[in-house]
Amino acid sequence: MGEILRMQNICKDYVMGDEIQHVLKNIDLTVDEGEFLAVLGPSGSGKSTLMNIIGCLDVPTSGDYWLDGLHVADEDEKTLARIRNQRIGFIFQSFYLLQKQTAFQNVELPLLYANASAKERRERTEEVLKLVGLGDKMDHYPSQLSGGQQQRVAIARAIANRPSILLADEPTGALDQHTGAQVMELFENLHEEGNTIIMITHDAKIASHASRIVKILDGCISEGAVEDA
Amino acid sequence: MPDQNIKMKGKERRTNPVSSFLLLTGQSVKMSLENVMANKMRSFLTMLGIMIGVASVIGLITIVSGATSSIMSDMMGLGANSLQLSAQGTDIHPGLLEDDMDQLRKIKGVTAVSPSVSTTTDTVFNGDIAKDTLVNGTDPIYFKSAQVELLSGRIFGDSDSDGNTNVAVVDKTFVQKALSGHGKIGTKFLLDGYEYQLIGIMKPKDSMTQDTWNNTGTVYVPYKNVLRMMNKYYVSGADIYYDSSINASVIEQQVRNRLDNIFSHKKGAYTIFNMQSLQEMMQQTEQTLSLMLGGIASIALLVGGIGIMNMMLVSVTERTREIGLRKALGAEPSRIQLQFLSESVILSLTGGAIGIVIGLLIAFIGSKALKTAFQISYPAILIGAGFSIAVGIIFGWMPARRASRLNPIDALRSE
Repeated sequence: MGEILRMQNICKDYVMGDEIQHVLKNIDLTVDEGEFLAVLGPSGSGKSTLMNIIGCLDVPTSGDYWLDGLHVADEDEKTLARIRNQRIGFIFQSFYLLQKQTAFQNVELPLLYANASAKERRERTEEVLKLVGLGDKMDHYPSQLSGGQQQRVAIARAIANRPSILLADEPTGALDQHTGAQVMELFENLHEEGNTIIMITHDAKIASHASRIVKILDGCISEGAVEDA
Repeated sequence: MPDQNIKMKGKERRTNPVSSFLLLTGQSVKMSLENVMANKMRSFLTMLGIMIGVASVIGLITIVSGATSSIMSDMMGLGANSLQLSAQGTDIHPGLLEDDMDQLRKIKGVTAVSPSVSTTTDTVFNGDIAKDTLVNGTDPIYFKSAQVELLSGRIFGDSDSDGNTNVAVVDKTFVQKALSGHGKIGTKFLLDGYEYQLIGIMKPKDSMTQDTWNNTGTVYVPYKNVLRMMNKYYVSGADIYYDSSINASVIEQQVRNRLDNIFSHKKGAYTIFNMQSLQEMMQQTEQTLSLMLGGIASIALLVGGIGIMNMMLVSVTERTREIGLRKALGAEPSRIQLQFLSESVILSLTGGAIGIVIGLLIAFIGSKALKTAFQISYPAILIGAGFSIAVGIIFGWMPARRASRLNPIDALRSE
């Protein structure tokens, strides 16, 4: 299994008035293809900033970041959009589904932005919705679906373009324990099928589903064993 | 899955730019339509400004062009392809003689010269006197060239025109006022003391240029009869008809040359009224008027545009999170911009289309009320549609640009 993500000396500073805030300090991180990595840390630890940089929503102040062999530096917005579309699958805590669109239309969206043909879009959308167990709910609107089902739609949307990594931010944060566990099961299945998953969470129990855990605290990361959590 | 991933890495979709642009536009339009339909009431209110603007442009321009074409067609009835000659004459040559008219008839392109002379006289019917009947002296050519239609009877022919045959074609007013409704062909009445026979009744002209000043109606008799009534041997006016393929000013110049000879180059001996140049003047007036009305109505369009911009700015703010999500899923800034831009164009164009329909409706009602022609002006419709698209693009540009420049992190975090 090759290396899919490498971060070297990544720093992120925010300027707040006269003060410079060092949110991420010299982060070194390597993720192999097929890994299921959990980034565990409390709020304010810089884990959201790290997620934004991994997801190419933000660029680091200094340091090097390779995603899929591609050096992500001061790219323009258009290139970053393309990288996000092709190589990253986002899964958010509060799903972020478009309420006025059906499950099918929501999942189709990244394929639309990839300029896929209508036939390609329909086939792939149906395929991934069946994969997450919602083959019979394709024409439902988010409001007609339970929280767990909505997060499944979001996961289907994330894998639609066959991204290099799935990037999940507190994927069970808005779900009750039972549905949360079901969603985690889905992640484990996706992992077994060979997908690379990076999950960001503050919950050690959720993190324990991952095959590897790194802890983040005050902008520094340290490797941690699953047993530690 | 890993195999598919590897395949994905090398797979950069490169489609031809035109088809991908069309695809992009199509998708943006689809997304925009969904959003417009999802906010029906708000979309309608936003469109209202454009609707009113376009409706007033279309309505006013259509009414003006309809009224103009009505006036024009009335003028056609008065004499398209004709020159109206009025000859005051000189002391030794006090008007047009038959010989002079023959000279004018010889000009190449002139199809007919119809003398016109008129007077007023009293009509006596069954012992009742009707004062001030307008008597127009003319010849058979007049009825053909001026497109006069008859309700009944016939017009007089060349054989009636020797000056000794007393026949008359009359209008309906004359039948009612002077003949107390006895409009039977063959009815006899006295004109200026001579007995005349009614041979035809004219159809009233459905026009705004009807002469209404005349109390006891109008009769048309051979012009020589009128000359006899007036005790004259010359006419002071004539209609000169010419071939429509020939330019009016060319004919006019030739007529002037002849008349200058006839009247020995005396200034003020005659005047020529050229219908075509009057029509050209009318057309110019119509254009100026349309331009002015369009200018006023475009203020309404401007106000409508500002309404659209306002609504689009609200929409961008409301949908900040949606924009952030779309960006996270890989929408390029240009795509976000195109989506919002097509939304504002859909709003303005729909408003414009409804406005066009309403405008035509107003024009239709207006033309009925004014009794003018209702004529759909296609340039006005094109202008209306063009303006609405332009308004959508101009006033949607700024909000769309703002949406496209949102930072995805901030946008996703907004609540």
